[in-house]
Formats: sequence, C-alpha cells, structure tokens
Amino acid sequence: MKTTGKTTYQLPIGPIHPALKEPVMFEFEVDGERIVNVNIRLGHVHRGVEWTATQRNPIQVLYLAERICGICSYCHPMAFSLAVERAAGIEVPERADYLRVIHGELERICSHILWAGVAAHEIGFDSVLFLTWQMREKGVDLTEYLTGNRITKGITMIGGVRRDITPDMHPKIQEALQYYKENFKKLQQVFLDDKTFQMRCKECGVLTKEDALAFCAVGPTARASGVKKDVRLDQGYFAYSDFDFDYITPDIHTGEVHGDVYDRIVVRLLEIQQSIALIEQCLDQIPAGPIVSEPNIQKLLTKLKNTSGEGIGRMEAPRGEKVRAPTYNNILPWIPMLTNQQIADIPIVASSTDPCMSCTNRVTIVKNQGTSFLDKEELHRMSIQKTRRLCP
Amino acid sequence: MTKSLSKSFKKALWVYHMNSGSCNGCDIEILAVLCPRYDLERFGIRLVGSPRHADVLLITGPVTRQMEGKVQRVYKQIPDPKVVISVGNCGNTGDVFFESYNLVGPVDQVIPVDVYIIGCPPRPENIINGVAKAWMKLETLEVKT
Repeated sequence: MKTTGKTTYQLPIGPIHPALKEPVMFEFEVDGERIVNVNIRLGHVHRGVEWTATQRNPIQVLYLAERICGICSYCHPMAFSLAVERAAGIEVPERADYLRVIHGELERICSHILWAGVAAHEIGFDSVLFLTWQMREKGVDLTEYLTGNRITKGITMIGGVRRDITPDMHPKIQEALQYYKENFKKLQQVFLDDKTFQMRCKECGVLTKEDALAFCAVGPTARASGVKKDVRLDQGYFAYSDFDFDYITPDIHTGEVHGDVYDRIVVRLLEIQQSIALIEQCLDQIPAGPIVSEPNIQKLLTKLKNTSGEGIGRMEAPRGEKVRAPTYNNILPWIPMLTNQQIADIPIVASSTDPCMSCTNRVTIVKNQGTSFLDKEELHRMSIQKTRRLCP
Repeated sequence: MTKSLSKSFKKALWVYHMNSGSCNGCDIEILAVLCPRYDLERFGIRLVGSPRHADVLLITGPVTRQMEGKVQRVYKQIPDPKVVISVGNCGNTGDVFFESYNLVGPVDQVIPVDVYIIGCPPRPENIINGVAKAWMKLETLEVKT
C-alpha cells in the first residue's frame, strides 16, 4: 500500500460478496469516503475455454463458445463462426444474414433490459428491478419461440443459422416488439426522468472521451463518453450495411456528453429503441432463400478439416465488441471512473459498464495450483501493448 | 412429491447463491425465478447476503481452481442443518468444460451435494422443482437433529 503523507485504508471487496454477482476482487484504497486507488484481481472464473476449444472440432466449439457467457450466448459463437467462415471462405446465404441480425438485436434488447434491472438493484431500487425483469420475460419468451431455448440459444451454425423464421411466426414477433414500444415510455420515465436516478447517476463515475480512448473502452461504455464506435457500423457484417441506423451517443437525448452513469443509461435505452427498429426493418426486407450454406454437417466438417487459414470475427455484442470480451476493455476505465468517488457509489459505477466476469476471465494467467493476478500496472501495460499490436 | 411436502412450511427458506465459475446462464435463471413471473419469494424463499444466514447453498458453475477454497469456506460458514443444490450441468458433471485444466469440480468433488438440477441452463420450473426437493430434505434433516 502506497501512502503519500496521509494514511489511507485498504478496503477489500470480494471475490465472494453479496454486491457482486460474479467472483472478482477489488482492493480499494480509501481516504475516508473517497476512493484513492483501485486494484482489480481477476481470474476466478477462468475455465480455460481457449485450450478446451483446441481439443474439439469447429462445430463442437460453437456450443463451447455459447457457454463462455450466458447473457451474450449468441455473440460468442456467432463471432467464432464469422471467423471460421472468413478463414474457410464459406459464403453465407443472404437470408441467414438477416436472421442473424434479428437474433443479435433480440439479444441486445434482452441484455440491455436485464442490465437496467441490475443497475436499479445496485442503487437499492428493487421495485424497478422487478419491473424491468418482468419486461425482459417477454423477450426471453420470444427467444424461446424462435430458437427453442431461453438462454443458450443453440441457433448458430457455421455458414448460417439452424432455424428459419417463417411468415406465420411474424405476428408473434410484431406483438413482442409492440409490447416493448409501449413500455419504452415507462422505462424512459423511470430511468431518465426520475429524480432518484438523476441524483445517483449524474456526475457519477465520469469517463471522459480522452480516457475512453486511452483505456480502449468499447460498446455502450465508449459511446456514452462520446466515442463514435460501433462494429455494426464500422464493419457492416451480416446484413447491417443494408439498414439505416446511426451511432447512439447521449447527446441525442440530452444535447451534451458527460460520460457519467446517467449517459450510459441513456445510450442503452436508446439502443433498445434502435434494436426494435432494426428487427422491424429486417422483417420487412428479408429475402427468400436457404438459411445455411451446407446443411450436411459431415460434409461441412470434412471441408473445415481440409482448410487452414486465419480469420477474425468482430461483432458488436450488447456490452461492446467481441471476441476479445468487452468487459476486459471496460474494466480499465473503472480506474478513472472510481477514483475520487464515494464508497457507496462503487456498485453502480462498476455495473454501469455492464461487466461480465465469465466473458472476461479468459485472459488471466493461470499457474497450476497457484494464483497469479494482474494488478493495475500490469493490466495497463498489457493494454498499451495490445493497442500497439493493433495499430502499429 | 406434493404429498410429501407439508401443507404449511415451518419456516422460510433462505438461500445463499454462489457462483463458482459459471457462465451467468444459471445465475440469471435463478434471478428470473425470484422475479415476478415465477415469484418464488411468495413462499418465503429469498436470497440472503451472507452464508451465515442461509439454510440452502445454491451453487452454480464448475468449480475453478481459484474458487475451490472459497467454496469450501462458504460451505463451512452455513449453519447446520443445511442443503446444497448444484444448479446446472457444469456443476453436476463439468458439461462443456469437463476436460479443462483449470477445474477441480464437479461440485460434488469439493463439497457434498444434496440436489442436482439438470439443464444448461435449467428452466425456471426445474429450479423450483429442485428447491422443493431441498425443502423436503431439510425438513427430514430437522426431524433427525
């Protein structure tokens, strides 16, 4: 513990703590109520997914990737299959691209609503947690109707998707979208106009645009700080290039960018609206055709076995960009966000990036029988190296 | 099963939820069970913040090497009589992660498990079923002690 003249206290939180849904450990250095420094220990959820993936064939890896994280269970396998398709040169049918967009946006709606509930819970507003989770059930029901599962969807296949959306399924989708449109006003009222939320979230956990860029924040966290970054627009994968949509930054709603927790709520709520519009556009424009390029799995596997190459799949997951899980990038911005904040603000600030430890803990160094952890300096050094690698 | 469940419960069931390296799939289903659609709280079942207050340990995830000691410690902190429910396939068998180098699980290799709930993730109905089983076991345990 470093002290500069004045004595500070160390406040460890985690890895098991009622405020944390997942095992992660924080070491806060506090001066009274003010946080001076933060150290984060990761690695409690490391399951060695990469190594396990090397033991399986590409189609088995789809199901492994799905279980990296239960909330973005669509983005991980999809990003993996994008990478495989690029490496093996597999053409994806147009209809499948549209179906992939529908599932992706549906997951975004569910994930953002889930996050809204958790955020409300973190500031002690449990009735809103129940309200939002009740709304989420509608999306989960629709997911189950379209894919057969509530959480892990099992819809991904290399070169397409596994289930079609037939015209007789459209009314049910429309009905769910209508439900969300009607309830959107309610959400907006609760989250954006409510005094409690404004008092807790405004000017809290500020991440400036400069810091967001320096710490490589991604997804809604970056956009809430005014960084126009969205893989859906920047790379135009699947059928996203066919649609009309734009970057969501908080100034659309409030007129200016603060980069605080409130702005992150604004971005996520507006993204729910955007996702609804995208699914509607998708249903209108969806072309006819096959839904998978090679329906015979044996043939597909033989083809994949005989190919070698490299591919990269990038996707805009609800929390940010995949495959290098978004939380990893958004953990570093915690440091400027939390510094100089009060202890009571820790939960809402930390959860305002929508962290997911099971996505993140794939990068930690694991030594047999011993734990090795990355402290702030180490994480920062790795992050700088990564930026240099990506943009030499 | 409905026959063996007594009509009125002697006391409310307090649950401590612990994540030992799960993917969040089971965890959000557990929360969904407690939320308005399934509303398990109406039976007095609620999540508590400390293992020392709990009757039931709800554990998700295959136990990772870093979590092994912590799982055992939490188990010891729960007062007797207690019941352990392992939620989800990866706590039961290892599921897709079974051959990973960083697992010490399944859960029953680390602490004794009373009820296994299958599914990846289990449906909310299945979780409710598992909790009811745990309740029966707890009542029989209480008679013994």
